[in-house]
Amino acid sequence: MTALTKLFKTTAFRLSVAYLLVFALFAGFILGYVAWNARQVLDDQIQGTIEAEITGLAEQYRLGGIRRLVGVIDRRTREPSASLYLVTTNAGERLAGNVGSLPAGVLDDPGVRETDYRQSDEPDAHIRRALVRVFILPGGFRLLVGRDVEERERLGAVIRQALGLSLGLVTILACLGGWFVTRRVLKRVDAMTETTRTIMAGDLDGRLAVSGNGDELDRLATNLNAMLDRIGELMSGMKEVSDNIAHDLKTPLTRLRNRAEEALRTAKAPEDYARALEGTIDESDNLIRVFNALLMIARLEAGNAATTMADFDLSEVARSVAELYDAVADEASVPLAVEIEPDLSLHGNRELVGQALANLLDNALKYGVATEGEPACPPSITIAAKRVGEHVEISVADRGPGIPESARGHVLERFARLEAARSRPGFGLGLSLVAAVARLHGGELRLEDNSPGLKAVLALPAKPA
Amino acid sequence: MQIFPLPHDDSSPTLDAMRILVIEDDQEAAAYLTKALREAGHVADHAPDGLEGYALAREGAYDVLIVDRMLPKLDGLSVIRSLREQHVDTPVLILSALGQVDDRVKGLRAGGDDYLPKPYSFSELLARIEVLSRRRAAPTGEATTYRVGDLELDRLSHRVTRSGQEIILQPREFRLLEYLMRHAGQVVTRTMLLENVWDYHFDPQTNVIDVHVSRLRSKIDKGHERPLIQTIRGAGYMVRDSAH
Repeated sequence: MTALTKLFKTTAFRLSVAYLLVFALFAGFILGYVAWNARQVLDDQIQGTIEAEITGLAEQYRLGGIRRLVGVIDRRTREPSASLYLVTTNAGERLAGNVGSLPAGVLDDPGVRETDYRQSDEPDAHIRRALVRVFILPGGFRLLVGRDVEERERLGAVIRQALGLSLGLVTILACLGGWFVTRRVLKRVDAMTETTRTIMAGDLDGRLAVSGNGDELDRLATNLNAMLDRIGELMSGMKEVSDNIAHDLKTPLTRLRNRAEEALRTAKAPEDYARALEGTIDESDNLIRVFNALLMIARLEAGNAATTMADFDLSEVARSVAELYDAVADEASVPLAVEIEPDLSLHGNRELVGQALANLLDNALKYGVATEGEPACPPSITIAAKRVGEHVEISVADRGPGIPESARGHVLERFARLEAARSRPGFGLGLSLVAAVARLHGGELRLEDNSPGLKAVLALPAKPA
Repeated sequence: MQIFPLPHDDSSPTLDAMRILVIEDDQEAAAYLTKALREAGHVADHAPDGLEGYALAREGAYDVLIVDRMLPKLDGLSVIRSLREQHVDTPVLILSALGQVDDRVKGLRAGGDDYLPKPYSFSELLARIEVLSRRRAAPTGEATTYRVGDLELDRLSHRVTRSGQEIILQPREFRLLEYLMRHAGQVVTRTMLLENVWDYHFDPQTNVIDVHVSRLRSKIDKGHERPLIQTIRGAGYMVRDSAH
């Protein structure tokens, strides 16, 4: 595609042509209207003049007949910028006037008309136009009174010239403007195309240039960049998942295999086999759990569960999850305080929010209770839900060892487990899932210092009242 | 509209042998499932694709259908939808490898009665289809009073008595006992309890349900010779009068 055909194919160029046509039509219409009106005015004026002359001449004719009329006309033709006069006999013999020749038949037909004529004193003069009125007087005398319309013709010519000039000017300006705009836009679009091509070729870090003037191309570039960021996030999420699967699932799989192998090698009694098989089932159940959690996080991060969003009563969910875990906390002799405001309404997935809260409570019960050797603080867990501005905040706070500030970002990653927690059961997916649920709802999970202890805050956008 | 007579005698909600149709394309999984079902005392047929499954389900008088979501020729949800359009109201348990939040909703919307993500444990599946087939055998007009041994639960007045002595229960404990007693003589799994008593479908990582059941048990069975709430190892719980 040559540069020129590319230029012709651009939207900007086509728009320029369309504007050009519109403006040209407009200019033509305006000038045509002016010309037509001016001609009307001039015609009226000329006719008025002719009528006045005729009134005067009629008066003279009434006073002195044809002789007096001829005398008056002779006198009038000598005045500067005189009208046109001609008096002839019935035979066409000229008696007076300043009109040379006329097309045949003009004098035989009384009335108003436009006609060509030659001036009398210039036999070879070029033909001119005039508006004339012809009378047939008693005795067959013919009287012609008229006015040259050359002036009107000149005005028409001027207007036609103006029309041509303005059309030319409009065309040139439009072409220049269109070319300039098109070039400018084309250059930026070409740059964008080039960038997207390198991105498609695999350079996912490439971003479109934003000029900063906030025009539509800028907005497009900003949005495309945001889209690329999101794609990048999803890609790295996918990569993370596959890395996680490679690293963290191989371990339990190896354990599973070892256990089966060991049973084959050493087991003697049927009970030994039964025990080994039960262990295998437990181990594979754990694996399934990890898989489910991983898949769920991946699905949530891809935004797939957004289809099942509905309005629900968060207070009810928080209360029922608290109630679900209350028995467990009681069993562990950890007081569970519930501070939930009534009628907190959310738009989202009840099931997922419930699961997120369950994970937080689960974590608080698992890791938020100080064990031996850790600074003793009477254990207690508080679950609270309240409206804060535009958000509903649900928090689960414990009095355990907490999470050092430097490690708070890290624990949200998949399979992340702090050293202190390694000895306890868990996969390190609970908080990642909570964070994914928060993101799906357009909210966030914050980890705060409960001094001492950890306060996990799930902030979700409240349903607009 | 059911053309064929039900194999169940409606008056006896005991666990008779069920006629079960397994619609599953994976031969090995189907063989495992039908074998296990037969070992549990049921009659199990197998259809390897959606079309055959649909034909069998329409004509055979089955108590429960076990339908895999992804099937050749006609997918599982379409099978269920077509059956429901033909007014075949046999209870359906959907098996799905997808097992995601919205997936379950889609399955139930298509006309499924219960949903179990793969991989499943057989005891979970068995417990669920037994409840499904019973629900069908005694579909409506549930009793207002449940009675197991000397334990009595009045659903209207929310009163629970054992040997005539009133037992005070928290609302959630009441619902838990109500569910267990409605399915007396049947195994009820932990996930079934979480689903039906708390209305959550996630997998609680800790033993939350066990703790609730053991608290309930301490209120119901404490001081009585015969425990009514029994733990079924590897499966869940069952309320029954062990004297019978």
